[in-house]
Amino acid sequence: MTEVAKIETTLKDWETDQEVRWCPGCGDYAILKAVQRTLPQLGSDPKNTVFISGIGCSSRFPYYMETYGFHTIHGRAPAFATGVKLANPDLDVWLVTGDGDGLSIGGNHMMHVLRRNVNMQIMLFNNEIYGLTKGQYSPTSREHTRTPTSPLGSVDHPANPCAFALGSGARFIGRGFDVSKNLPDVLKAAHAHKGAAFIEIFQNCIVYNKDVFDDFAAPKGAEDRQLWLEHGQPMLFGNAKKGEVKGLKLVPETFSFEVVEVVDGDWEAAGVCVHDAKNRMLAHMLIELEFGPFPMPLGVIYDDPAETYESAVVAERAKAVEGKDNNLAKLLAKGQTWTVSGTAQDPI
Amino acid sequence: MATQDADPITHNASPDAVVVRFAGDSGDGMQLTGGQFTLSTALAGNDLATFPDFPAEIRAPQGTLFGVSAFQINFGSREISTAGDAPDVLVAMNPAALKVNLSSLKPGGLIIADSGEFTKRNLEKAKYESNPLGDGSLAQWDLLAFDISALTIEAVKDFGLGNKDALRSKNMWTLGLALWMFDRDRQPLIDWLNAKFKTKPDIAAANVAALNAGHAYGETAELSGPLKQLHIAPVKSDPGLYRTITGAEAVSLGLVAGAQLAGLPMFFGGYPITPASSILHHLARLKEFGVTTFQAEDEIAAICASIGASYAGQLGVTSSSGPGIALKGEAMGLAVMTEMPLVIVNSQRGGPSTGLPTKTEQSDLYQAVYGRNGDAPIPVVAASSPGDVFECAIEACRIAVEYMTPVMLLTDGYIANAAEPWKVPDVDSFEPFTAKFLTENNNPDGKVLPYKRDAKGARPWIKPGTPGLMHRIGGIEKNEGTGNIDYSPENHQAMTDARKAKIDGITVPDQGVTLGDEGGKLAVVGWGSTFGPIRRAVDNCRKKGLDVSHIHFRHIWPLPANSGELLRKYDKVLVPEMNTGQFKTVLRDQLLVDAQPYTKTSGQPFKIAELEAAIELALAE
Repeated sequence: MTEVAKIETTLKDWETDQEVRWCPGCGDYAILKAVQRTLPQLGSDPKNTVFISGIGCSSRFPYYMETYGFHTIHGRAPAFATGVKLANPDLDVWLVTGDGDGLSIGGNHMMHVLRRNVNMQIMLFNNEIYGLTKGQYSPTSREHTRTPTSPLGSVDHPANPCAFALGSGARFIGRGFDVSKNLPDVLKAAHAHKGAAFIEIFQNCIVYNKDVFDDFAAPKGAEDRQLWLEHGQPMLFGNAKKGEVKGLKLVPETFSFEVVEVVDGDWEAAGVCVHDAKNRMLAHMLIELEFGPFPMPLGVIYDDPAETYESAVVAERAKAVEGKDNNLAKLLAKGQTWTVSGTAQDPI
Repeated sequence: MATQDADPITHNASPDAVVVRFAGDSGDGMQLTGGQFTLSTALAGNDLATFPDFPAEIRAPQGTLFGVSAFQINFGSREISTAGDAPDVLVAMNPAALKVNLSSLKPGGLIIADSGEFTKRNLEKAKYESNPLGDGSLAQWDLLAFDISALTIEAVKDFGLGNKDALRSKNMWTLGLALWMFDRDRQPLIDWLNAKFKTKPDIAAANVAALNAGHAYGETAELSGPLKQLHIAPVKSDPGLYRTITGAEAVSLGLVAGAQLAGLPMFFGGYPITPASSILHHLARLKEFGVTTFQAEDEIAAICASIGASYAGQLGVTSSSGPGIALKGEAMGLAVMTEMPLVIVNSQRGGPSTGLPTKTEQSDLYQAVYGRNGDAPIPVVAASSPGDVFECAIEACRIAVEYMTPVMLLTDGYIANAAEPWKVPDVDSFEPFTAKFLTENNNPDGKVLPYKRDAKGARPWIKPGTPGLMHRIGGIEKNEGTGNIDYSPENHQAMTDARKAKIDGITVPDQGVTLGDEGGKLAVVGWGSTFGPIRRAVDNCRKKGLDVSHIHFRHIWPLPANSGELLRKYDKVLVPEMNTGQFKTVLRDQLLVDAQPYTKTSGQPFKIAELEAAIELALAE
């Protein structure tokens, strides 16, 4: 795969002339802006950029990006994107999906694009609800969610998108939320990662599941409820200005974390762990942290690249064709053949 | 013809055609035996047609009736168009194989049976109360029973194999006998065995010894029994280079040729399914021809990845059988909506649902023509024989690329597995249809118009990566030129009309008469793999002086423009199909002709005799 030259663009270059059709106040607007702000910073080239989506509110995203865009069918975007990357590995592919599209109807394809490790950014907008079909519960809806199809409250256990992704073999797990100022950093890290980069973006559906993420995303007290992870940095949260800093400490006996107070910034003395984005076991533990007793882990949870699917396919093909030609006539006449001779009137 | 010849095969030293059926346990290697006998038949210059008939189970319990695997070959010194109605020779490797296949054996035909396998236990498994080899129940046939198992063990005893391994050469012993019987050269098979078991010279030597022993046994047995050596002269063929080919091979080669003629790399997305998997197997080995094969996680991903590859500028191809095609339906609709070139190969099998995975049927025609939500027309091309698939695959690629549309190529289990001699075509005789990509903005007044149509109604193909032509497409109804979302009533009407007009307007050659006259009392109209039996039945009837002609369609959708005019030249139209009358419905709907169905859904191809009877009945009415 050739290295693509970086080019200079501004946010405006990534906007289309299409009227955005999300509900006023929808979290998707913030994500769209975050992406349009990030791409110039990455030096991306609109002509080499492809946004591919499935079906749902989030999947309208490609129409608003001045790039190549393919709005496909429900749940199957990972399969289309795999075909695109195999046909042209140089394209920079961004996949946009939601909790219903990516984990319900398309759960199978999500699993396989992750385990194959096709190089692309996968943004899963998780609003814990079906928005475009008017508010039914989704595979990530919390238990007891009341919706038109669960008037007494849903009884399904919700799926954890990051745990699903990690279990499927993802080599990059990032997490952010729509209005977070850190979202572009997560997107940049995902883009820098060669391979399938899975990003869960909590997104506020203001019509059908309003403020469902306020327990950690609301600005007031956010520092106590959000753990922004950085590779090589201690896992700290809390209000530094007030001197109320806390951290995660490993409890080896129970193989779990506990929250400890950090006094005078001496996190080492408090036993706070340093985040290692290449540690898969640690990623599992962070993803499974129970929110409430613990803060919500955000940022780059896991980032440990491996060979991508398309580079393996290209390498395999290069090896297979070595010393062979593509002479069709020879191919057609392969195997055991015989010749029927012509007569003088009927020459061969 | 041989299949209707009253004389027992063994009483005529040079018949013009012979039908042989090899039948045994599914672990006995009957398909391999049949395949190699086919090759030797082809090398001897005979015309031939084969019919592999095997169970869906890989290794069904040994000796059972449902575990019988058979391979039938019809070969002759004249044109052969079917695998033959009834065998002249039945090779039965065990009691179950005899029981399952006996009813089709021609009266006076020859049974060659391995008496060593007719044990009490095997007879019970085959539900025989007494041993048919000794109780006189086979009196209407010639019977040659000898202990092939023991003779094989004896032949390979010098190679130190255990009994179990030794018995695996039984099929080669049988093949050796068959080669003697039809006066064939053993050398190509000896070469093949040595190549196949290159790393296991002992096994190769044992198999060659078994082959030679079977051959030698023929010479000895000829002296005392009904076994006679037969000589079938080479058929008169067009001069040229020939090979044998199965439908699965031909479709793979045709797709490779089609991609080359389009000047495109090919992306083939598939998911294992009987009887379509062999196409994926073949193409996986042809990477040097610019083929990328992708074994997807399911049928849906297989077609979606192929559409993704087409979107990125390759020729996307996907392949399956009925149940898998059903799963691909929604994605086909997207390919219609986004007007993306795509070839979908359907190797039909018996349905509905899982149906008959290894048996043939033509019951996916409605699915091909009508089987999607919305008004989603897709051109349909149907192949009539293993060799014909090659040209049909090229034709499917041509239509896909020239008209920016998905195309369905119909073949079936019979065509996929059957082999026939194939005159290797001259690759230069096919007209290239080089794909063109839009590289410059086609709209002087603004942004690129991805849905601006050419004279044929096709939209431009625009590869991502092309500077200045960024645009968005998708499954939502799009504005006529810009491709932006547009639900307006006038626009949906216009786009629906444009999609229909494009497919209706595809140029397909006029329909000709396959055999017979342009007009008359009866036209027998077929499509797909019924070609062989219809052709032979019509030919026989015409020789009897009946006014009947054969018309065989390759283009199912759209139909050739002259179809209605042509069919109206006959008093009656009879449509034999291996379904409940699907093409008949299309003909009636599209042409307003009184097409009458003649149908069969037994998982077996038509027999010539049953078609002749149907023709005579239609003419008598």
